[in-house]
Amino acid sequence: MGEITLKIDGKTVEAEEGLTLLQAAGSAGIYIPALCADGDLEPYGGCRLCIVEVEGWAGLHASCTTKVSEGMVVRTTSSLIDSVRRTLVELLMANGHGDCLTCPANQRCELQKVAAYVMPQEGRFRGVEPAHPWDESNPFFTLDMNRCILCGKCVRTCDEIQFLHALDLAYRGYETKVSPDFDQPWVESICENCGQCEAKCPVGAIYERARLEGAPSAETRTICAYCGVGCGLYLLTRGERVVGVRGDPENPVNEGRLCVKGRFGYDFINHPERLTSPLIKEGSRFVESTWEEALDLVARRLSEIKKEHGPEAIAVLASAKATNEENYLIQKFARAVIGCNNIDHCARL
Amino acid sequence: MTNSIGDLAEAEAFLVIGSNTTEQHPIIGLELRGAVRRGARLILADPRRIDLARYATLYLRHRPGTDIALLNGLAHIILKEGLEDREFISQRTEGFEAWREVVEGYTPERVREITGVEVDDLYAAARIYATSKPAALLYAMGITQHTSGHQNVLACANLALLTGNLGLPGGGVNPLRGQNNVQGACDVGALYNVFPGYQGVMDEEARGKFEEAWGVRLSGQPGLTVVEMFNAAHEGKVRGMYIMGENVVLSDPHSRHVQEALEALDFLVVQEIFLSETAELADVVLPASSFAEKEGTFTNTERRVQRLRQAIPPVGESKADWEIICEVAKRMEGVDPVQWEYNHPSEIMEEIARLTPIYGGISYQRLEDGGLQWPCPDGDHPGTPILHVGRFTRGLGHFSPVEQIPPDEEPDEEYPLILTTGRVLEHWHTGTMTRRVPGLEWLVPEERIRMNPFDAAKRGIEDGDWARITSRRGEVEARVEITEECAPGVVFMTFHFAEAAANLLTNPALDPVAKIPELKVCAVQVERCKD
Ligand code: SF4
Ligand code: SF4
Ligand code: SF4
Repeated sequence: MGEITLKIDGKTVEAEEGLTLLQAAGSAGIYIPALCADGDLEPYGGCRLCIVEVEGWAGLHASCTTKVSEGMVVRTTSSLIDSVRRTLVELLMANGHGDCLTCPANQRCELQKVAAYVMPQEGRFRGVEPAHPWDESNPFFTLDMNRCILCGKCVRTCDEIQFLHALDLAYRGYETKVSPDFDQPWVESICENCGQCEAKCPVGAIYERARLEGAPSAETRTICAYCGVGCGLYLLTRGERVVGVRGDPENPVNEGRLCVKGRFGYDFINHPERLTSPLIKEGSRFVESTWEEALDLVARRLSEIKKEHGPEAIAVLASAKATNEENYLIQKFARAVIGCNNIDHCARL
Repeated sequence: MTNSIGDLAEAEAFLVIGSNTTEQHPIIGLELRGAVRRGARLILADPRRIDLARYATLYLRHRPGTDIALLNGLAHIILKEGLEDREFISQRTEGFEAWREVVEGYTPERVREITGVEVDDLYAAARIYATSKPAALLYAMGITQHTSGHQNVLACANLALLTGNLGLPGGGVNPLRGQNNVQGACDVGALYNVFPGYQGVMDEEARGKFEEAWGVRLSGQPGLTVVEMFNAAHEGKVRGMYIMGENVVLSDPHSRHVQEALEALDFLVVQEIFLSETAELADVVLPASSFAEKEGTFTNTERRVQRLRQAIPPVGESKADWEIICEVAKRMEGVDPVQWEYNHPSEIMEEIARLTPIYGGISYQRLEDGGLQWPCPDGDHPGTPILHVGRFTRGLGHFSPVEQIPPDEEPDEEYPLILTTGRVLEHWHTGTMTRRVPGLEWLVPEERIRMNPFDAAKRGIEDGDWARITSRRGEVEARVEITEECAPGVVFMTFHFAEAAANLLTNPALDPVAKIPELKVCAVQVERCKD
C-alpha cells in the first residue's frame, strides 16, 4: 500500500493508504475527540464527536469513517465543529448522572477527557432522569445503564473480538439499552465472562466490581499463570495486594485479550489461606517453624536417605507452573546434588 | 506447536482433534472463531460435542480411543482420491510406501465400524483438509492421554506430511500445551531422560558438558517418570520425595494409589502456595511465592519465552521456588555452594543459555519486548516462529506406520460406560487457585457427571440427581447433568473438585513410549444414589 500525503490543521501528514483520517491524525500526534472509535474494532461512526471539515467537501464528516486521500486538506477544529461537539457532549451529560467523583471510572473515563477538551456548559439540556436497574448478576462486573453513552463498543467487542455477540443494543430512541441476549440477566446469557467488553467501555457503565474498592496505584507487566497460551497482562496493585488485571495490548500472543481466568482469576494471590511460614509435621499435625529449621531438616533427611539407600531412593517432581529458571534448578538439584535422573513433572496430565 | 498462534489466521482450513480449544486455550479459540468467520473451514473431531462444534463446518463424533483409525481413515481417502501433495512427499519425506501399505487397510467402511463416524463425513473431512492449503492441525490432551498416545501423535503428523502442511504459515502440527509452563519445564530438562534442551542423559558428549558445568559426575541412567515414581514408592524403592508445586493427589490417575504411595515414603517435602491435598501428606511444607511475587520466564505453547515480573513482595514469609531450591542444595552434604549462588533469575537464564543450544540466544535483556521463540541459538538470532521451513531437523520427514489399538480398558457388562475427563473454562486443573477465586467458584461450584439422556433414562436418573460413579479403582458421588454433548455410552467429568475427584476412577495404564496415563478412557458404571 502506498503512502499518501495530506494536510491536517496545516501540518503535512504522511499516511498509509486505507487508513482513516482519525488514525492518520492520531499517528501524527493530532488529537481528535472520539468515544465510539477503537483501534481494535471496525469503524462505527456513532458518536459523531470526531467530525472534521475537508476543504472542498460540503458539511462535516466523521473522521473515523473517512479514508485518507492524496492532497486532502483537513481541519479538526473550527467554530462550527466546536459548537457541534459541545452540544453533543452536553446531551450525553444530560442523560447521565454527572457524579464523577463516586464513579468507578473516575479519572480513566473517556467522556471526562473529551469534556475537558470541548468544555461543555452545565444545564443547557435536561434529559429524562435515568432510572435503569443495574445488572449485577455477573460475579465480576456490573452493567449500570444509567452511565451508558450508547457508544456500542461493548456490543461490537463481544461480536468482533469475542465472536460471541452476547450483547446487543435493544429497543429504540430513549428506551435504547445494552442488553444480553433475550434481555435476561447477564450471567444467564451465553456470555463467557471474559470481561473484554468491560475493558473497552469508555465510561463507568460496565465496570469490574473490585473497582468500587478503589483504583489501583501501580501496575506490572507480566504473563498469565494459567494456560499454555501465555497471554500478556498487567497486574494492577494497591500496596501489597493484587486488585485487578488488564490485558497487555502490546503482547503479540493476545493483543490485549484475556479469558475469564486470566482477567478475573487473581483473588488466590492474596488469599488468607496462603502458606506464610514453613510447616513441620509433628505427629499428625503441622507446626510452624523457621526457615532455618525447615531447610536444615529437609537437607538432613534427604542426605540420610541418599547415604542409606542410594540416590535412586529419592525422586523429585518439578512443576509445569513454576518458571524455566526454577525447573532448571530443580533438575540440576536432582541430577547434580541427589545424583540420579528421577526427575519429572506432570507434563502429560 | 510447529507454528505460531499468530499465523493460525492464515489457515484456510483446520482439523482440530482432541482439543477443547475455546475452553482450554480460550485465546487460541478466539483465533479459530475469527478464522471461521472470515471463511476458513473447520473440522472438529471429538467424542464430546464441545463448544467449538458450534463453529465447525463439520463435526465428527468418534468413539473415545479411536483416533488412529479416524486419522488413518482420512489418509486412506486422501490417497484414494489423489489429493496428496506428491512434490512434498517425494522431496521432503521418507517411509511413504511402507506407511501407505498400512493405511490401505483403513477403508471408510472399516473406519466407520471402529469410530462410529459416517462414511460421507469421512469423505467430506478428508476433502476439506486435503484441498485447503495451508491447513493447520491442532490437538491437545485428547490425543496424548491414551495408552496409544505417542502413536496418536504420529498419526497426526502423517496427515500433515501427506498434504505438505509443514513449514508454512497457517499449517503445521500444533499440540496445544496445557499448563502455562509445561513447554518450558520440558525445555529445561525437568524430564527423566533428557538434560535441558532435550539432550539425552545417555549421550556421553552431552553428559560430559553438564558434568563440567556442574562440577560433578552424572548418572547416564534414565530415571523414573511420575507414575513410575509412585509405583516405586509403593514398593519401598523410593523412600524420599521432593515435590515442587504439583498437586499429584488430585491430578494423577488412580488417586488412592498415589496417596498410599506418598504415605509410604520415609520423607516427603512439598513446596506449595497452599496446603494442597498433596502438601497435607508432607513431613515438611515450604511456603512458595506465587507468580505475582517473583521474576522469571515462562515458555508458552508456541515456544515463546516471555518475562514474568514481580508485582508485589512475597506473601508472608514465602520465598520463590528458585530461592528455596538453592537454600536446600547449599545445605546438602558435599555440595559446592558456588554452584548455587544466584542473585537473580537472570543469572540462572545465563547458565541455561550456555548449556542449552535451543535457548542459546535468550537473555533477559532480549526478552524485554514480546519474547523470543526457540530455537534461538545465538544472541543475533531472531527466534523461530515456524519449525521445519525448508527442511526437518532430522533431514527428511518420516511417515510412521501406526495401527489402531484399543484402549487399555474397554467397557464390559460390569462397567458399561466410558469415562473421559477434562476441564471447564472457569476452573484450572485441581482447583488450588481457581477454587479460591469466589467469582469463579460461584460460576461453577461443583462437579457434574455429564451424561447422555439415553444412558440417564436407562438408569432412572434425572437432571440434577445425585449419582455414584464407579470404576475398578474407586467410586465418587456427584450430581448428574443430562446433555447431548456426550454420546450414548460416554460420560464426562472434570478433575477440579477434590470432593468428587475423577482421578479416583481413572486408569494409570501408561503409553509405553511417552509414559502418559490413559486419562481419556476408562470403564465405569453410573447409578442413581438413593437420596
Ligand atoms: S464478558 Fe465477554 S462474552 Fe460476556 S458480553 Fe462481555 S465480551 Fe461478551
Ligand atoms: S455499556 Fe459502555 S461500552 Fe457499552 S454502549 Fe454503554 S458506554 Fe458504550
Ligand atoms: S488469559 Fe486465559 S487464554 Fe490467556 S493465558 Fe490466561 S488462561 Fe490462557
